[in-house]
Amino acid sequence: MGHQVPPKSGLRAFLDRLKGGDEVAHLITLTAAAGILLITSLLVLELWQTSALSRHKFGWTFFWTKVWDANFDNFGAAPFIYGTLVTSAIALIIAVPLGLASAIFLSELAPKRLSDVVSFLIDLLAAVPSVIYGLLGIFIVVPLMRTTLGPALKRVLGFTPLFSGPNYGVGFLTAGIVLAIMVVPFIISVSREVLMTVPREQREAALALGATRWESTWKVVVPWARSGIMGSVFLALARALGETMAVTMVIGNDPKISASLFAPGYTIASVIANEFTEATGDLYLSALIELGLVLFLMTFILNGMARLLIVATERGGGHPA
Amino acid sequence: MSEPRIIWRKTVNSVMLTLTGVAAFGVVCVLFLILGYLIWNGGASLNWNFFTQLPKPVGETGGGMANAIVGSLKLLLLAALMGLPIGLLAGVYLAEFGGKTFSFVIRYTTDLLNGVPSIVIGIFAYALVVLPVKHFSALAGGVALGIMVIPITVRSTEEFLRAVPGTLREGAMALGASKWKTIATVVLPAASGGILTGMLLALARVAGETAPLLFTAFGNRYWAPGWGQPIASLPVMIYTYAISPYDDWHRQAWAAGLVLLMLVLLSNLGARFILARSKAV
Repeated sequence: MGHQVPPKSGLRAFLDRLKGGDEVAHLITLTAAAGILLITSLLVLELWQTSALSRHKFGWTFFWTKVWDANFDNFGAAPFIYGTLVTSAIALIIAVPLGLASAIFLSELAPKRLSDVVSFLIDLLAAVPSVIYGLLGIFIVVPLMRTTLGPALKRVLGFTPLFSGPNYGVGFLTAGIVLAIMVVPFIISVSREVLMTVPREQREAALALGATRWESTWKVVVPWARSGIMGSVFLALARALGETMAVTMVIGNDPKISASLFAPGYTIASVIANEFTEATGDLYLSALIELGLVLFLMTFILNGMARLLIVATERGGGHPA
Repeated sequence: MSEPRIIWRKTVNSVMLTLTGVAAFGVVCVLFLILGYLIWNGGASLNWNFFTQLPKPVGETGGGMANAIVGSLKLLLLAALMGLPIGLLAGVYLAEFGGKTFSFVIRYTTDLLNGVPSIVIGIFAYALVVLPVKHFSALAGGVALGIMVIPITVRSTEEFLRAVPGTLREGAMALGASKWKTIATVVLPAASGGILTGMLLALARVAGETAPLLFTAFGNRYWAPGWGQPIASLPVMIYTYAISPYDDWHRQAWAAGLVLLMLVLLSNLGARFILARSKAV
């Protein structure tokens, strides 16, 4: 071992390695990756800091105060949290059955060619900007709700508090319907992919035991993929919660908590969109930013759960092996 | 097992299977409904003035959205300049260099950033760019859109780089190329179709974003030279015009909606075309 070159040390060695270029490339790409970390941390930090005024003044009562009054500097998030949850719930009630059914059709029944074409069209639907859904919401869904759909619902279900009271066309239900149309494509495309990961043997075994096509799908394939499907629902929910433009255009923008789904309401995202530029006074702005923080945390938790569920399904199905 | 039971099961089978088909058909119909309605309403109000003139003052009919079209393009340019390089490089890091733990953290953060509601991104850009200088600007809007471009680009870049076969890398290295040379001259070109597709899709997505622009780029009824002034954009114009009480503005909102939708759908189609062609090669 006599002819070994003595290892270079310190700066010289570092510069030598740089000359190869690999370290430089590594460093540059690493910086970009770290940049993402920096941006995200900065985002959380900014939201936290700029909402400090409101957080200190109102504390936890912010969440259950029902008043939103800029003239008296009294701000509570309750009507907005209520509106956000109600519209998203309506959206899911409509979108989940519709989305799951379509996903089943695309993964289990449709021939490959048809399934691919339809999936492509559904992906296009997901790409339509939300302001365009809002535009169609204002000029199609709102009049439809005022003249046709609303009165019909009232005739059938008017005895419940949910469907009573005056119907202006704008309100929770209209916003929920528009949101449902917007999130359906997400439920379909994720569920379809998850359903397609279910092993063929599962279907064949069920069919061999004499199950009908529907029974094998509903009792074997869907349960196998259930956590992934749940994941797609959570993703859709996270999107519905954060959706701004379409909702702002059709919900009526009135910070009230009403049992009736026909009543106008307000959501977290819409109030930020509407009032941010006209927020006079630091506390007003700070309260709006705190609403943004609440929205961020809600979607953060949902997205995290969704991802876990989808990964769990793709690793080995809903059943323990 | 009795006969009626089997008939019942068969009936349930065909009814439910038909319903799934009806559901899928209904959802696809929505797309054509949107397209048809926009073409019907927007096409009628779309004319040459729309592309060449400034908005008319309130009360006068006519005019166009030339400034908003240019504004949207400028905002997209800013978003691309800021978001695409970071996204591309971070994607390269994740696919080619990353260690286990740090890569996991970055991937997780990227997904997190992707899930942040666009209105919250708007607040962030407001606090970052608008608050210090105390006025709305094209730059602030570009920052907001740029941040949204990053996570989409990262994930698609990583995905397509990973799809490049390891044998290509080994071949290049066996010929004596260093790692970065391998990446730059072999791996990236092999994945370029996919990466380009991802970038185009990312830009198509932010092109339609309205919420993050409301209090960053704000809006402007005139031309906005440079980067430091409030600037008009198509999505914000659609929003303002749609909620206005004027019929003429509604017509223009339809026209703008048609232009925006065409822009977004065509870039989606274009992206898929690039992908299909690069796969065929």
